[in-house]
Amino acid sequence: MEKFTTLTSTCIPLPIENVDTDQIIPARFLKATTREGFGDNLFADWRYDKAGNPIPSFILNNPTFSGQVLVAGKNFGSGSSREHAAWAIAGYGLKVVVSSFFADIFKGNALNNGVLPVVVSEGFLAELFASMEADPKATVTVNLEAQTIVNNANGKQESFDINSYKKGCMLNGFDDIDFLLSNKDKIEAWEVK
Amino acid sequence: MKTLFDKIWDAHVVTSVNDGPTQLYINRHFCHEVTSPQAFDGLRKRNLKVLRPEKTICTPDHNIPTIDQDKPIQDPVSRFQVDTLTKNANEFGVTLWGLGHKKNGVVHVVGPENGLTLPGSTIVCGDSHTSTHGAFGAIAFGIGTSEVEMVLASQCILQPRPKTMRINIEGELGDKVTAKDLALYIIAQQTTGGATGYFVEYAGAAIRALSMEERMTVCNLSIEMGARGGLIAPDETTFSYVKGREFAPKGEEWDKSLAYWQTLKTDEGAKFDKEVTYQAADIQPMVTYGTNPGMGMGINQSIPTLESVDEAGKISYKKSLDYMGFAAGEKIEGKAIDYVFLGSCTNGRIEDFRAFANFVKGKKKADNVIAWLVPGSWGVEKQIREEGLDKILVEAGFALRQPGCSACLAMNDDKVPAGKYAVSTSNRNFEGRQGPGARTILAGPLVAAAAAVTGKITDPRSL
Ligand code: SF4
Repeated sequence: MEKFTTLTSTCIPLPIENVDTDQIIPARFLKATTREGFGDNLFADWRYDKAGNPIPSFILNNPTFSGQVLVAGKNFGSGSSREHAAWAIAGYGLKVVVSSFFADIFKGNALNNGVLPVVVSEGFLAELFASMEADPKATVTVNLEAQTIVNNANGKQESFDINSYKKGCMLNGFDDIDFLLSNKDKIEAWEVK
Repeated sequence: MKTLFDKIWDAHVVTSVNDGPTQLYINRHFCHEVTSPQAFDGLRKRNLKVLRPEKTICTPDHNIPTIDQDKPIQDPVSRFQVDTLTKNANEFGVTLWGLGHKKNGVVHVVGPENGLTLPGSTIVCGDSHTSTHGAFGAIAFGIGTSEVEMVLASQCILQPRPKTMRINIEGELGDKVTAKDLALYIIAQQTTGGATGYFVEYAGAAIRALSMEERMTVCNLSIEMGARGGLIAPDETTFSYVKGREFAPKGEEWDKSLAYWQTLKTDEGAKFDKEVTYQAADIQPMVTYGTNPGMGMGINQSIPTLESVDEAGKISYKKSLDYMGFAAGEKIEGKAIDYVFLGSCTNGRIEDFRAFANFVKGKKKADNVIAWLVPGSWGVEKQIREEGLDKILVEAGFALRQPGCSACLAMNDDKVPAGKYAVSTSNRNFEGRQGPGARTILAGPLVAAAAAVTGKITDPRSL
């Protein structure tokens, strides 16, 4: 996994609530047997028409907005546990998703793939959408060590939560399997209990 | 004083990370073709074996066709994924109930039916509806593919401890009000994100009165309100369901297990982080009108008006109704529909087929309706035939398909065409879930049966 420390980037706004993982990556794209290539189909049904042409009104097809941060409405990533949703987001080149609320499984999957879910208050989120509307080149700065996010357009800052174990994993680029396997003796001890 | 959840969780802690997740031992791991290939690949890359191959069971279900299963799968990509599962199971020495195996079926149907799902255990699968197994008094939840790899490699998973919530349903469910209606009602009250971060225990008289299969329907839908999982304390209903099933404990082992299982209940006075109570008498046969399972209402009710939705939610709400072709404030009872889907891990069990068959007995399928009746497993299919339900269905103009996930997520050919309405007993009405542009109305097996014979959204109590 890639390390994550700080990031300053323009953002892609998606002010829709309850974006579920079926929208992030529709089921018909789940037939792959590798982790590669999902970025091309991120939000496929919102992004392309039936003939496969980009739908100009969808935000990913709007050249005005780009960046490594997706800013989404409340309850992002609900529904299916498909990790493909996180692969699609990571594959598209996004490093951070900002929302006022995330579904549990998605949050875990994102963290396991080097994508940082940043939970902000509803007010901060609304202002961030407004900043982007006023200036598509508005940026945010996310600092994982300090656990802060700054809306650089208005200078407002918020802290976000992340458990210290996951934070350590992301800062150092470690993953959970390394940790679990280092506890093999404890696993065996549990089994004979 | 502990909750049921605490008792099971605590019994499975291998170790805890300081201010971090718990390393939890997993008793049972189910695997299907869609979320496992990259996990097995991960093992190969790290040169690892499956630590406890006997605790993992693989069954292909999401991609498989529901006709001609004896022939090779036509879609080459689906075939490759199913073949990859076979190859991985063989290479890593894991049990496979492959296509054509008499135990094949939807992963959350075959586990319980074969006695692999046991009270007091921890169960995971790379599938969010793993919450189904909580019906037995187990901690069961869906995981991502990286976590599937963790379980294969270490028989453990790292999880933050969720908060606990108890949902009590008091009183008795009314006539023709099913467990599915109960669950859709709870989700409508909680909304799709209302239980996020929680593990839910369902309790109260109405829950105790449910059969094992009905409990599975309720627990199955826990994830649709964001819960990590849902569980119900095991009781006589549970024990008599489990007893005698192929992989359930036998003899002395059974007695020992039973004695332990009987201790699995929330202690009097144990504290939940949140507790809510609903009255069973308030619950009507339910339908959804929008594009998430929280957008549900009693079948005779009207869609909420735009004014009743909060500001931030208005854009999504309008988008959702536009997609469905419904107007805010209108009734959907009486609206024509095109498809009926009976099946999935929510409502694809024998009791669902019994309910549907008994309802349509002596009636005829409406000409404008295409009905897909898809048993959840070959075990269910066999029982349908043994009970002669297939004959009732054929007489009423229906046909059975072969088991699998089918139109629940439309990864195979069972896709509802764009713009068409489907009354579905499955669990998700997301945009495009049943095919690009498909419009899904979630409901229980009786509302589905009523729609199938009238061609319209119909209150089953009116027939
Ligand atoms: S029936 Fe539907 S919800 Fe259940 S496992 Fe299959 S796809 Fe998932």
